[in-house]
Amino acid sequence: MKRAPAPRTTPAPLQEARATPLWKGDRLFRLVVGFCALLVLVSLGGLVLTMAFGGSKAFATFGPEFVVSNIWNPVTNQYGALAPVFGTLGSTLIAILIGVPLAFGAAFWLTNIAPPVIAGIVGTAVQLLAAVPSIIFGMWGFFIVVPFMAQHVQPFFRHHFGHVPVIRWLVHGAPFGYGLLTGGIVLAVMITPFVTAVMRDVFAVMPPMLKESAYGLGATRWEVMRRVIVPWSRAGMIGGVVLGMGRALGETMAVTFVIGNANTIGWSLFAPRNTVASLVALEFPESAAGSLKLSSLLALGFILMLLSFTTLAFARWLLREKKA
Amino acid sequence: MSRMKDTGRTMGQGWRKGPRATRRLVTDRLATALSLGATALLVIALASILWTLLRNGIAGLSIAALIHPMGPPGTNGGLANAIVGSVIQTVVALLIATPIGLGCGVFLSEFGRGSRFATSVRFVSDVLLSAPSILIGLFVYLVLVAPFGHFSGLAGSVALAILAVPIIVRTTEDMLRLVPVAMREAGAALGAAHWRVVLFLCLRSAAPGVLTGILLALARVSGETAPLLFTSLGNQNWSFSLDRPMASLPIAIYQYAGASYDDWVRLAWTGALLVTLGVLGINIIVRFGFRKKQS
Repeated sequence: MKRAPAPRTTPAPLQEARATPLWKGDRLFRLVVGFCALLVLVSLGGLVLTMAFGGSKAFATFGPEFVVSNIWNPVTNQYGALAPVFGTLGSTLIAILIGVPLAFGAAFWLTNIAPPVIAGIVGTAVQLLAAVPSIIFGMWGFFIVVPFMAQHVQPFFRHHFGHVPVIRWLVHGAPFGYGLLTGGIVLAVMITPFVTAVMRDVFAVMPPMLKESAYGLGATRWEVMRRVIVPWSRAGMIGGVVLGMGRALGETMAVTFVIGNANTIGWSLFAPRNTVASLVALEFPESAAGSLKLSSLLALGFILMLLSFTTLAFARWLLREKKA
Repeated sequence: MSRMKDTGRTMGQGWRKGPRATRRLVTDRLATALSLGATALLVIALASILWTLLRNGIAGLSIAALIHPMGPPGTNGGLANAIVGSVIQTVVALLIATPIGLGCGVFLSEFGRGSRFATSVRFVSDVLLSAPSILIGLFVYLVLVAPFGHFSGLAGSVALAILAVPIIVRTTEDMLRLVPVAMREAGAALGAAHWRVVLFLCLRSAAPGVLTGILLALARVSGETAPLLFTSLGNQNWSFSLDRPMASLPIAIYQYAGASYDDWVRLAWTGALLVTLGVLGINIIVRFGFRKKQS
């Protein structure tokens, strides 16, 4: 490892003025923390390699067909990734569509509108709830949301929209309560406190002078939000959304209870589906070592890995463009 | 809220609220109302979760549930072995993750400007952060379980540690970057070596933030189920050895929640309540500690 250029923050003369003995400590320090960084690199490398290696049998057997086939049938030993991938993307999309506006609204209210005392209480509560484990959301979904969807939401939509063209396809299906929408809602509730907490933190570290200047010019609160706070903290906000999205994409426990676990594809938001993560959680324990099924599950894992890679790369690209 | 109106009044005579001012006012009001609605919706959903959790969890909470190990349905089983297993695995995971995470975070913020290695580490850490936890479970299964032929608590801890590291890395780096340049310069001016400045000035002034990161990691990790499914597997009996399958609360909840035995479902709720209380308790205690120190 070659020595990095001196940190920009320390003026060059200071660097030269340093006595040599100090330099040795610095070097050791750099090696130690560099090793930690290397470990992180290695662990992801290992993750990708093992997934790719483990899934190679499935890719070799089915070829590109694996990605586009929506058949998942352990009985006939036929495996395709399309159905669970569809479920993963669909539920994440729903979660983001519901969760991000909620999180943004809540963060806006907490930082700019709420009386400080209430903002303190609600903000702390939200922050604490961001820490609630995902399996709790899964149980809540299983015992509360699923019956609610089955008894109220689905009959309502079937009754009122069951004959409207286009929407009919979306609400089609028996009222089980399980399904893509239920999964998306539970995911949304799960990631919203998390995203809210991040956004609130981001808004909070903004220098008050900028806001006060805008207020001084007569801007309304929303204008301050829209024109000053959001542009200033855009990177952090996107960071928060990406964090939430990452959790939603790979979430297993919150989804596996409520998604219905049916490897199907369709327009209906109410029909049982499956996600990559919950399929792996359900079927991995039943797969024999070295079997085609195990390999297919690992191949699914590899695809999930790629999905989160792409998401992140996309977010980074967004970040860069906005910054420029 | 009445700022616009007041302005109109005090500016007096010649000024009347035009369509533009009205539009700005209406937009502002609308945004305010929507944000209040969003907050209310969020609070209601979360209150519903907590209420369900408390109502069902307290019903099954008993001394027996806390001191008996898990057992077959109808045998008055408890969760004691799962609780102990969870604590062991989480602590070991954090012991592994904290030094690595801090080191990596320090590396990125101190030596990571512009170098290609650092850029890729940062990217990889971000990827790991959003890497689905179940994949970490699969990975550790292939590396630490399959070759040894048996599930183990250590594998579970390693899986949890892999999840915790990127969270600590990210917050550490972010927080170190927020440390004012003047503070580093002050340290350097006093003749302190770079590593001293970083460890004793920057890290210390960023400590609350860094600790928040470690806590976020702890919170995330202590309730994780997916990475444990294929690594520590869960155990119906007592197990203290990191070399053997180890019980944990989240796994117990997962196994019991979907069961058709009433007492198992009740125990699942109790377990869920315990996990949540534990996580929230740690958060609250640390917050309290911070306030005391700061004042």
